[in-house]
Amino acid sequence: MTKTPPNPPVTNEKSPHELKLQLLDKTLKKSQYQQDALIEVLHTAQETFGHLDEDILDYVSIQLKLPPSWVYGVATFYNFFSLEPQGDHVCVVCMGTACYVKGAGDIVARIEQEFDMKAGTTTTDNRLTLISARCLGNCSLAPMLTLDGSVLGKQTPDSTVAAVKEKISSSSVVGEETS
Amino acid sequence: MSVITLTINGELVSARSGQNLLEAIRDQGIKLPTLCYLDGLSTRGGCRLCLVDISGYPRLQTACTTTATEGMVVVTHNEKINRYRKMILELTFAERNHTCAVCVSNEHCELQTMAAELGMDHVRYDYLNPQLGIDISHEKYGVDHNRCILCLRCVRVCDEVEGAHTLDVRHRGINSRVITDLNRLWGESESCTECGKCVEVCPTGALFDKGMSVGEMKKKTNFLRRILDGREKNQWNR
Amino acid sequence: MNSADLQHLAEEEQQRQQQLNLRLFLCYSTPCLSAGADLVKVALDELIAGLDEKQRPDLDIVATGCMGPCSRGPLLRVVERNGSEKIFEKVTPESVREIIGSFLADRAPSVEPLPADFAFFSRQTLIALENNGWVDPEQIVHSIARGAYNSLAHVLHEMTSEQVCSEITRSGLRGRGGGGYPAGVKWELVRKAQAERKFVVANGDEGDPGAYMDRTIMESDPHRVLEGMAIAGYAVGAEQGYIYVRGEYPLAAARLAKAIKDAERHGLLGSRVLDSSFNFRVDLRVGAGAFVCGEETALMTSIMGRRGQPVPRPPYPAQSGLWGLPTLINNVETFASVAPIMRHGAEWFAGFGTEKSKGTKVFALCGEVVNSGLIEVQMGTSLRDIVFEIGGGLPDGGTFKAAQTGGPSGGCIPAQHLDTPVDYESLQALGSIMGSGGLIVMNETSCMPDVAKFFMDFCMDESCGKCVPCRVGTVEMYELLQRITNGSAMDEDLQTLEELCHVVQETSLCGLGMTAPNPVLNTLQYFRDEYLAHIRDNQCPAGVCRLDQIPLLKLPEHAEQLAIFKEEP
Repeated sequence: MTKTPPNPPVTNEKSPHELKLQLLDKTLKKSQYQQDALIEVLHTAQETFGHLDEDILDYVSIQLKLPPSWVYGVATFYNFFSLEPQGDHVCVVCMGTACYVKGAGDIVARIEQEFDMKAGTTTTDNRLTLISARCLGNCSLAPMLTLDGSVLGKQTPDSTVAAVKEKISSSSVVGEETS
Repeated sequence: MSVITLTINGELVSARSGQNLLEAIRDQGIKLPTLCYLDGLSTRGGCRLCLVDISGYPRLQTACTTTATEGMVVVTHNEKINRYRKMILELTFAERNHTCAVCVSNEHCELQTMAAELGMDHVRYDYLNPQLGIDISHEKYGVDHNRCILCLRCVRVCDEVEGAHTLDVRHRGINSRVITDLNRLWGESESCTECGKCVEVCPTGALFDKGMSVGEMKKKTNFLRRILDGREKNQWNR
Repeated sequence: MNSADLQHLAEEEQQRQQQLNLRLFLCYSTPCLSAGADLVKVALDELIAGLDEKQRPDLDIVATGCMGPCSRGPLLRVVERNGSEKIFEKVTPESVREIIGSFLADRAPSVEPLPADFAFFSRQTLIALENNGWVDPEQIVHSIARGAYNSLAHVLHEMTSEQVCSEITRSGLRGRGGGGYPAGVKWELVRKAQAERKFVVANGDEGDPGAYMDRTIMESDPHRVLEGMAIAGYAVGAEQGYIYVRGEYPLAAARLAKAIKDAERHGLLGSRVLDSSFNFRVDLRVGAGAFVCGEETALMTSIMGRRGQPVPRPPYPAQSGLWGLPTLINNVETFASVAPIMRHGAEWFAGFGTEKSKGTKVFALCGEVVNSGLIEVQMGTSLRDIVFEIGGGLPDGGTFKAAQTGGPSGGCIPAQHLDTPVDYESLQALGSIMGSGGLIVMNETSCMPDVAKFFMDFCMDESCGKCVPCRVGTVEMYELLQRITNGSAMDEDLQTLEELCHVVQETSLCGLGMTAPNPVLNTLQYFRDEYLAHIRDNQCPAGVCRLDQIPLLKLPEHAEQLAIFKEEP
């Protein structure tokens, strides 16, 4: 912030962060700054920023005129809100009953082993976040999971690992890879 | 104020209409254990120790969240209720690290007293032994989460009486923790008014005045009733 | 729009549909989509674009909600002008070309449709799901052509609020969310409550793992739910409704949002509904991932934007709900049953089902069963019929071991009770519950203590933490089950577990805690041998548990297993 770039842009263009805040403001306005819209506002914030950091929570608490601890309490009560940034790819394995009895636990264990991680965390290279979810409601496809939002049904540990690996390798730029 | 009649443990007694059942029972000189209830704060029904049997209800009810009504037939103690209370208290002890011998509130602790009163001499469940921190960043007070029983008297007094709402709870279930502002250190809190009400209402040694040694921390809660009566009944008109 | 306009719009659309030569209904719900329904749609669109001018307008493709047998997806229903109807399973872009080509050329397709007497369909009774698979949920006019909002129009113009409530009472409709509380009693309570404002809430926070009835109803026929809510609003005197949708169901939320907008635009919701003096707004609330929010008081605190923690009842929501005002809260499926009751009358609805459980119930049938999917059967249908007739039995010659109902609040029904009629009382007598309608079939490879542990893990994770028995009790129960399944348990642990189950059941604050021990108590009742095999014989009959730990106090006995105790040779 203290450093000035050699050729400062002269335009009045807003930074990505400001643009995102604008989006959040839109939701705030739509909800007329009602305090009961907190969860909706947090949904929007999570969608736009990817996760909820302290600055955003503070901003929401000021805008909705709610105590900061209240906002923090709500944001951490619900599974959906993440206070940590997520990886480039997100794999959500359904651990509902139907998926569980059909072996979803083995899928999670295999990914954990293959990528040296624990469910609910992100790999150290930030490539993959693994989440085990409570029933995604696609029980007829058991065991199922979503990879970056797309649904994969009737999986096995092998097919899942293959799909995740393919996803990761397809997105990584060749020049980026270092040995 | 009209008077109602109800039966408590087989005796006909009278209570004020609209009175909280727990208070009505205590007015009869009956000892009903509670940890989360505190006269003057909103009721929560979380510690489950004041469960009583009320005729006509399919389940045991917490007296603190029930309004006494005309003709109510209440049993406050029987073999089953006593057993349940003891088991619930054991669960409370198993949850965190309640080591009385090294606690600032030793011998002045509501949890400790309760265990003695209910005759809880051992815990049959696994101690969960969580590794929880102590926050002594505040100039005057400290919080030891190992001794917190999540009664949330502190959260309620901060919100309802002091009006600061510095404290709240993060996460849920077994991972619930009392937090300050955006989960910051207490000493860095912007909203804390340093009034110390939370420390006084805390039933255990979780919240304490800094500088206290083992057994030195005594809490007084009688300020609460006086402040509230002063406010609510306009006794302090200037 | 007034009633006549509604009627007119419906007739216009019906006529248009009748004139079509071929109507293609492609299931476009989540399971079929992930099985490739989107690719089939692309192929269909291409195929139609390639047709000549004369044939094209005679065809209609409808992307519908769920048709039922999800494991056979993608599903395609073809209806000819003469009304004959064929359903094709597992369609692919290739097979769909052959199917449509054969219909256009008037020859028999080389792809076999599902048999006309396919038990999966013929044993069902569709009330809540009657429009699923027939309408495009994003086209309000499709729903209107099938009678949507007709009941609302009738109620608004012909009935008083007392009459509506008494109709619901007489129909015997009970809450479909699991508890089975009589809906009419609830409606009547809210109607009689004195307050300036009242609310109607639809509970679409379907959290039971293994259940997706509500999701499917909201995704496939959102107008059905909205109409039921509006009728309820009129009956109890509420002008504001909320529909709370689980965060995991973005498609349901999107379709409901569109449905609300469309209904408002047509004057079917909003102010002066259908030109009457009744106003009714519906707002959508999307949950954020907390099972406890399915509990009604927790759901309401969540609607108010707070931590979704329950509050002790009484007072019940009917007296003091949202913002302390009287609130009618029912499950989505309950609301979906309202419009048909108003259309056909209470007696018609009460004609289905058993003496105490009237009507039909939707189940999500899954697990080890040939035809998994969504079904709606009359109350009182036996479990055997559901699993072996509709579900087609277990695949790969598997043996039926148990059917899990009621999710983490329910239990496992063993084979000896397969002939039990499925209704609220019978399931409760077996130590399970009806629940919201998840029905998971398990075979011999499922270990019951392990299943109980799975549910306890769930409850422990989802406990809100407000009361001690649930917050700590679920963790302690989980620890004990962990010991049983890893081989370190002793006989005393089983007793401790049972005692703990009872205390949590009887002293917890809300439904989550009260029912959390059910899967343990219920499996202990029917599969105690399995628990004992783990503890005493160090055996897992199903071969699931590894049992690689030993009880701490048994160390001397097991000393030979530990290298440290071995004597030097």
